[in-house]
Amino acid sequence: MADLHFVRKAMIEEQEPPAATAGVAGWVRENLFSSPLNAILSILSLGFVFYVLSALLPWVFSPTWSATSLGECRELTGGGHGKACWGVIRERWLQLMFGFYPKELYWRVVLDFALLIVAVAPVLFTKLPRKMLYFSAVYPFLMPWLLWGGSIWNPIAVAAGFVLGFFAHKYARPAFGGLAAVILAFLLPIIWWFFLAGPLANGLASVLPLALETVESRNFGGFMLSITIGVVAIAISLPIGILLALGRQSDLFIVRSLSVGFIEFIRGVPLITLLFVASTLLNIFMPPGTDFDIILRVIIMVTLFASAYMAEVVRGGLAALPKGQYEAADALGLDFWMAQRLIIMPQALKISIPGIVSTFIGVFKDTTLVSIIGLLDPIGLSNSIRADQAWNGVVWELYGFIALMFFVFCFSMSRYSMFLERKLQTGHR
Amino acid sequence: MSETAIEREIDRSHMEVSDKLAIQITHMNKWYGTFHVLRDINLSVYEGERIVIAGPSGSGKSTLIRCINRLEEHQAGEIVVDGTELSSDLKNIDKIRSEVGMVFQHFNLFPHLTILENCTLAPIWVRKTPRKEAEEIAMHYLEKVKIPEQALKYPGQLSGGQQQRVAIARSLCMKPRIMLFDEPTSALDPEMIKEVLETMIQLAEEGMTMLCVTHEMGFAKQVANRVIFMDQGQVVEQNEPNEFFNNPQHERTKLFLSQILGH
Repeated sequence: MADLHFVRKAMIEEQEPPAATAGVAGWVRENLFSSPLNAILSILSLGFVFYVLSALLPWVFSPTWSATSLGECRELTGGGHGKACWGVIRERWLQLMFGFYPKELYWRVVLDFALLIVAVAPVLFTKLPRKMLYFSAVYPFLMPWLLWGGSIWNPIAVAAGFVLGFFAHKYARPAFGGLAAVILAFLLPIIWWFFLAGPLANGLASVLPLALETVESRNFGGFMLSITIGVVAIAISLPIGILLALGRQSDLFIVRSLSVGFIEFIRGVPLITLLFVASTLLNIFMPPGTDFDIILRVIIMVTLFASAYMAEVVRGGLAALPKGQYEAADALGLDFWMAQRLIIMPQALKISIPGIVSTFIGVFKDTTLVSIIGLLDPIGLSNSIRADQAWNGVVWELYGFIALMFFVFCFSMSRYSMFLERKLQTGHR
Repeated sequence: MSETAIEREIDRSHMEVSDKLAIQITHMNKWYGTFHVLRDINLSVYEGERIVIAGPSGSGKSTLIRCINRLEEHQAGEIVVDGTELSSDLKNIDKIRSEVGMVFQHFNLFPHLTILENCTLAPIWVRKTPRKEAEEIAMHYLEKVKIPEQALKYPGQLSGGQQQRVAIARSLCMKPRIMLFDEPTSALDPEMIKEVLETMIQLAEEGMTMLCVTHEMGFAKQVANRVIFMDQGQVVEQNEPNEFFNNPQHERTKLFLSQILGH
């Protein structure tokens, strides 16, 4: 029998791992050349990346920043076509950002979007002080005023309608019951907006004329237009989408049919069709002489379009919740809206975050379609820039710049969604 | 279908059945579409009763107790809970639900809220209890079910038995007058069944009116004052536990008992 006795005489010191498995060499071996097939694929892919970059980079790095026309670019690069012409971006980037918004009023747009960040931040990041949410509530009224200008009493009169609805609900509920309070909360503001808000705002403006210089919608353009349409559509489509998703699951036949009908109709029609309806057809149905702002019409259409998709995304989240969650909420005596707000939606929306953010990104990119009905979004502007004699023929540089800007926005949204998913993980399955 | 015995003397000093009605069900019928699940159910539950409802699967026992707090709707007959009749009047339904606690087979805790938040949610939003007070009540009941130290964890971090005890505490925070248990131990490992049964016995000792759908015949023998046996949507036999187990009358009951008690 072998000797099974063993006693260690000296303890082994900690040692470095073999060089081949650690550091850069180890990483390369592990990730790029772990097997013959992997090695072949790695070499082929690296070759392809090199091929693409070797063609692209010389085009990108071209000394044409100072050029003032396409011809000048050609001279600077020695007449070749293999070089980009960046002068167009230097000369026209402000236009790509602001469209034909008056130059001396650019500060209003910049301030508006800076305040947008302030207003959105507490919604996105719950660690920020909750008091900032008051500003978020004010911002929707401040934003159009800064962009379009006009009397300050207009947004205040519109906001007063919401306040009116809130108080109508608060005081009517104990007096007349829940349903009457909801109806009043809708009806009173509508009456206010249609009949009283306008005269009141005009009256106040004549007493105390506080106003910003008005900017017409046709001067809006560039990324500012895309962001305006995108942000408003994104912000409004989520709540409408949630309501539609709930409507689609409702036990009430009429509510369910209307929701299904709306969702299926909107999803069955291309956005371009809706935009054409907004730009041309809608005027036919309006009483003659009504001036219904084109950007507002487009925003309404894009919002409805996004809402229908949002409704389906949220419905997916709702369907993923076990029935037991509804039953537990019911058994505890929570009413429908409490159960939705406290139990169902927090979970359903969390499940749907990737889908919701995909829809957001889609909506934001779809705003470029407004160029087809003649609004000057970045794509529309690129056409009008090419119409200039000096830049006739510049294509890739403009589209590349526009693509880069869109990428920055969409990529940040996608990153935020991943951050949110990680944050909402509460250690359960 | 086990017979987990709790090896301790049960304190019967508060277990008294009053002559006040807690629940009265008369000629209640329920259909799923055309399928007649509950047939002419008549049941009077007095305050302080501890009723165990047994029966093979599909016999309608879960459906019966789910009708009592309107998780299922009955189509004919009458259910009166604590003097309030269950109709489609939402006010009555909410009133009954806040007075009747329910514990489910799969716990149904809210996974996005901590244990403490699970317990304070309904008192704060339904009873309008101030948050601080609701938290004190919640901690009181969490101590009672012996898991106060888990209060800040999420349900996913707890074992099945712990989750079910939280579910019981969550119901108790609403200070219900009646507790319904829908197979509370069926989804649990044997050793966890014991801790949940212990909690239920404790509740019975305090005089709570309880209706339990369960296969725990040990619990029925030790705690129940009445056992109801159901099959094919109807009450086949009911009796006090001793008589029920030792001297069953109906053939179906005899067959069922011989199968689950494994003799």
